[in-house]
Amino acid sequence: MPDFTPVLLRRLGKAGGQSLDSYRADGGYRALAKALNDMSPAQVGETVKAAGLRGRGGAGFPTGVKWTFLPKDHPGPIYLCVNADESEPCTFNNRILQEEDPHQVLEGILLASYATRASTAYIYLRYEYGKSYRVLQKAIDELYENNLLGRNILGKDFSLDVYLHRGAGAYICGEETGLIESLEGKRGWPRIKPPFPAVEGAFRKPTVVNNIETLACVTHIIDRGADWFKSIGVPADPKNPRDAGSYGPKLYCISGHVNKPGCVELPLGVTVRELIDKHGGGVWKGRKAKGCIPGGISMGLMTEAEFDTPLDFNGPGKVGCLGLGTAAVTVFDETTSIVDVLYNICRFFAHESCGQCTPCREGTGWMYKIMERMRSGQGRLEDLQILDEVAKNIGIMPGTTICGLADGAGWPVKNAIAKFRPELEECIRKGPTLAVSRPLQAVHA
Amino acid sequence: MATVYVNDKPVDIGTERLNLVQAAGKAGVFIPHYCWHPALSVVASCRMCLVEVGEKKPDGTVAMQPRVVPACQTPAKDGTIVITSSPKARFAQEQTLESLLLNHPLDCPVCDKAGECLLQDYSFRFGRATSRMIDPKNQPPNKDYIGEHITLFADRCILCSRCVRFTREISGTAELQVISRGHHSEIDIFPGEPVNNKLAGNVVDICPVGALCSKDFLYKQRVWFLRSQKSVCPDCSTGCSIDIDHNKDIVYRLRPRENPLAQGHFMCDEGRFNYPYINSAARIFLPSQRGSNGQAGDIWQHVLSSLRRDLRAAAQRDGSSVAAVLSPFLTCEEAYLLARLMKGLSPDARLYLGHVPVHGEDDRYPKDRKGRPIEPVKFTIRAEKCPNRRGVEAILRHFDGEVRDFGQALHAAGEGRIKALYLTAGYSPRAGAWITAEQTKNLQAVPLLIVQDLLATPASALAHYVLPAASFAEKDGTFVNHAGLAQAIRWAVRPAQTERTDGQVFLDLLERRGLVHTPTLRKELAAEVAYFAPLAGDLGELGIMLT
Repeated sequence: MPDFTPVLLRRLGKAGGQSLDSYRADGGYRALAKALNDMSPAQVGETVKAAGLRGRGGAGFPTGVKWTFLPKDHPGPIYLCVNADESEPCTFNNRILQEEDPHQVLEGILLASYATRASTAYIYLRYEYGKSYRVLQKAIDELYENNLLGRNILGKDFSLDVYLHRGAGAYICGEETGLIESLEGKRGWPRIKPPFPAVEGAFRKPTVVNNIETLACVTHIIDRGADWFKSIGVPADPKNPRDAGSYGPKLYCISGHVNKPGCVELPLGVTVRELIDKHGGGVWKGRKAKGCIPGGISMGLMTEAEFDTPLDFNGPGKVGCLGLGTAAVTVFDETTSIVDVLYNICRFFAHESCGQCTPCREGTGWMYKIMERMRSGQGRLEDLQILDEVAKNIGIMPGTTICGLADGAGWPVKNAIAKFRPELEECIRKGPTLAVSRPLQAVHA
Repeated sequence: MATVYVNDKPVDIGTERLNLVQAAGKAGVFIPHYCWHPALSVVASCRMCLVEVGEKKPDGTVAMQPRVVPACQTPAKDGTIVITSSPKARFAQEQTLESLLLNHPLDCPVCDKAGECLLQDYSFRFGRATSRMIDPKNQPPNKDYIGEHITLFADRCILCSRCVRFTREISGTAELQVISRGHHSEIDIFPGEPVNNKLAGNVVDICPVGALCSKDFLYKQRVWFLRSQKSVCPDCSTGCSIDIDHNKDIVYRLRPRENPLAQGHFMCDEGRFNYPYINSAARIFLPSQRGSNGQAGDIWQHVLSSLRRDLRAAAQRDGSSVAAVLSPFLTCEEAYLLARLMKGLSPDARLYLGHVPVHGEDDRYPKDRKGRPIEPVKFTIRAEKCPNRRGVEAILRHFDGEVRDFGQALHAAGEGRIKALYLTAGYSPRAGAWITAEQTKNLQAVPLLIVQDLLATPASALAHYVLPAASFAEKDGTFVNHAGLAQAIRWAVRPAQTERTDGQVFLDLLERRGLVHTPTLRKELAAEVAYFAPLAGDLGELGIMLT
């Protein structure tokens, strides 16, 4: 693959790059002017739809299609919620976009609001992102000063207010209805669907929820056209009519046991191996990798043998992972105990389950307790069967929960049991010696 | 007409908007559920009601959904197929129950709810016998500070959130909330703001497990010893349908009984906790006649025959000087008998309506945080603190053509126009004093004063005859609520030592043979008083609306 010229990260590291003047000097808000002057909202939506842009938040739902779910000619307000909660472990691509190039994101928000006729946009920002908060708020203030936000933007019949809302530090508030509940000032408990947010979302009004990176992509789709966007990435499989393709650039996060962790922009479809070896500087300390988490821990686990899987919207699914997720690859080397990995994952989900649905609330807690016991050397072989049964039966896919958190909690567990069973069994037989190869800080979930 | 297929059995649900729990219920199939309650919003979070769902298309083909769905959240439509008994649905239910029991202490032997606990019942019917978890259970602390009348055993809680939704949607006071996350979630209050609203006791009823318990009932009685009698709360004119839970002639608790015609699903704490007077030792137990202490033989026979003689003599002297006050705590049948008794003495005998206690204004729920009621009103505690004003008024109108109130009775007595006054009372203590010391002075000049009451008052101290009254839990009869709904009350406990209810006393004074048989009296009432004509048959459990 030839070297790729970054699009979303093209202004990364530029001195003063966060200012409006600097962004404009690099062609910023050209797409907005183009849309407001020459395109109707429907045309903007059609362009995004034609580009085949799929949501970058994890589920990969086609963005343009999502916008069409809004009621036509709705008399009241429509809201855009921008999901900047970015709470999937090992994921930091939104953070880079927000901190380094806030206007690129805001232009996307303006375009999306124009397309969906939203009158207000709420950016739900992860609380821990202090710098993002300051940078984004400054950028929003600049836009208000320059008539790029507020009433009659650029003199056209288009008005938008943007509010920056800081979350309160919960993983579940990245789920779109959990986010809406939290935004409304309630406990972050995902809502039952239907009604879907497009019909009844924030403050009981039609609402679109989009990820930061998705909106950044919208900016470039309008600027350069749908065909340009479609020229990047992996085209749809003609044999599979349900495949929507994996078009466009994607920010890949590399972390864990690599020499050069970081965020890199590549066309969709790069393999895990290329990502680690070429862009992550290879596995650290000259060791070999045992496996990786391909897209945030809720996507499951991948073994070293599966590293040639392309990271597009279809690839990880072919090796039993849940999906592309946030494309945040976390590598663990050959010395890492899979029991430690699972323990950490289970602890996370037991801590972050909102507690609403019984199977998830109790299931994640149970898996955590089992892993805690297994890690202390008191695992039993029948525990693997219990873990497998719980992992496979909690979640929105078997139908036992309201949201997808439990699917994500179960996926790495069932992947581990399917792919690393011999090691788990060996750990159980040998007791504590192998399991606690690297002591983890004990934190009460 | 919509047809739903429940386990292959077609059932017609008409045009009703039902969820699958309700639709299956119509087909006689019970779908277990915790978080769903007909009066509360749907959250579909307990995941107990998971079933397989499909659709029968008009062309006869069947399309089943690949995953299990919560029945409470799924609307029943024409052609909906519900499968509750398939291995997949049973497994999902079993799995939910296993999850719920993971951190449950299984302390049924010391739990107040045991015997009427849905966790017990469903585990028995739908669950598995053993737990596979060997790890330590979470043990959240018990919270007896949660309310004046309620206590929380947090370890037994299954987080169905019914109580939280109740305080938000019905009482509107929103004291309860879920704190913490995941398997450490707990029900709690905001510090210093306990659940002391007037509807708080309902959270104990809607709690499907032994988490929220009534401090009043706690450890008083195992529920399987209790018997329930369907009755009506007498403490305000709403006339909430209730169950009286009793054992061995002691009332242990009152619980609301669902009645869409009366109050809905709930009852207020004023009524709920106002029963101890039934078992009170301060009650008037035996009849007495002033100046005839130590009379040998049957005290009832002696007092009643003496009273009958005195009343007749008074009526013979001047029929219009004989009067009775009919308390709004009397049943319609009792009021009717007393009216017959007085009119039998003399057609000129005067009838008055007893004191109607009114406290402040109607108390409507839900309320906002500042205590102002919000529309739509979901529950009303009425200012009128008596159960049967409308019923008694109808009797008064029938016999006298008008309703004379208690003030007129006192006025007439004060002016010396009443020579014989039969005063019925039977007010529950919640209604407050029905006669003040000041008002009692009006009665001093009455030559023959008969007081029939539960507890001693200044009036009974003055009376020539004092007769015991029976409480609502000790008698059969009919109450007509504020809206004209006639509901049956039924005796749950025998009158303590009293032996005779008010109705029996009237019957004996009328020299009618036998014991009070309310259905017969009600028929007689329905035949004679046009207003009560619809009551000729059975009242049913919900009652009959009178116009």
